[in-house]
Amino acid sequence: MKLSYYPGCTLKTKAKNLELSALAALKALGIEVDELERWNCCGAVYSLADDDLIHLVAPVRDLIRVKESGHDTVMTLCSMCFNTLARANELMKHDEEKRFTINTFMDEEPDYAGEVKVVHFLDFIRDDYGFDKLKEKVINPLTGLKVAPYYGCTLLRPREVAIDKPDNPSVLHRFLEALGATVVDFPSSTTCCGTYQVLGAPEASLRVSHEILGDAVRHGTEALALTCPLCDYNLGRRQDKMLEKYDDAGEVPVYYFTQLMAIALGVDPGISHFELNRKSALELLKARNLIKASA
Amino acid sequence: MPLFISKRDTDDKLRRKVMEISGQNFQTCFQCGTCSGSCPMADHITVIPRKIMALLQLGNKKALEEANTPWICASCHTCMVRCPRGIDIPRVMEALRLLKLRRNIDHVELKKIKPEEVSDLPQIAMVSGFRKMTS
Ligand code: SF4
Ligand code: SF4
Repeated sequence: MKLSYYPGCTLKTKAKNLELSALAALKALGIEVDELERWNCCGAVYSLADDDLIHLVAPVRDLIRVKESGHDTVMTLCSMCFNTLARANELMKHDEEKRFTINTFMDEEPDYAGEVKVVHFLDFIRDDYGFDKLKEKVINPLTGLKVAPYYGCTLLRPREVAIDKPDNPSVLHRFLEALGATVVDFPSSTTCCGTYQVLGAPEASLRVSHEILGDAVRHGTEALALTCPLCDYNLGRRQDKMLEKYDDAGEVPVYYFTQLMAIALGVDPGISHFELNRKSALELLKARNLIKASA
Repeated sequence: MPLFISKRDTDDKLRRKVMEISGQNFQTCFQCGTCSGSCPMADHITVIPRKIMALLQLGNKKALEEANTPWICASCHTCMVRCPRGIDIPRVMEALRLLKLRRNIDHVELKKIKPEEVSDLPQIAMVSGFRKMTS
């Protein structure tokens, strides 16, 4: 099985722990991916204005590159890239008038009409590989580790690109179960972390993130599993600021879902680059003997 | 915040412009409040989403310009998936942002972000933040 892979800019820099753990985990499952030879930034957010087509050029160009590479499916790991590419694809498939304008504008490119399928790593594992098969490959189950699945926004909303039910998702729950973890459900699992408001309204995004973590801990979690580098920033990296500002803040280890997957599949932990997570992330895995204390 | 309804405060051009840019008919909003109840940023906004719809129905330009709501909205789409009238509220917020950005008025300034933050922030935070809040 070979499929096209679109990494996006953050995975090559700040979120190497997401990309490298995912690629190693896929390899352990026997799945090979073909990284696109040429790709550009997708724009991170989908444009919400009806009269703004220029911002669709970047994601559509990426989709054209996928089509040219001969693959019919492109997989992303970053949830924001997934959302932007999937929505651009939907528009090219269904909006004849805008498709015509965009194709005419990009006259140096071949016409595109949404021929490629955009998937996220998680729905690919669920629909094409299967959680039962994943379970069979687990050699280092995360037994006893209480993990709360955190979905955030872009995998679930809006409905036309959602990989699961927007208000009642289960894909990350079932993924973590397959890895042997004890899944902790909590009400804020789909609450937005504040996303890019870390730039515009940093205090507001800090507070919502703090509330999400508090909610997870109150429901008995030891760690959070998430899929998006911006969620990781708001909920993980900004914990120092929360500790400074809120009396009731505590350390909560935060992992990319693929890092937990790599551990469960017995991949060398070095590949998952836990030094890019909070210190507590590696410490918890060592304390539970999921990683050898000397690693 | 009291709502004053008078012909003087009504700007039909603004109403039409927001409809055009967002592609949304906010006139169908029946003020149920589901959007406001779902909004994670509700504690930090001066005018809740439901009221933004009411102000748009009235075409109350001044009150809309003063509201910080479109600038605190995180485009999380929670309100939208729950709105019983099927209004894509984040698109309405985007239209309100663009009315200012298209006059070349930025909401965040690159220069004001500290260098240590720039090197710490993930690329997607910068790209999306600048997409939403600069012209
Ligand atoms: S999209 Fe904006 S207004 Fe709607 S719930 Fe999210 S933050 Fe609130
Ligand atoms: S959820 Fe929809 S109908 Fe209800 S107040 Fe908000 S915009 Fe209006």
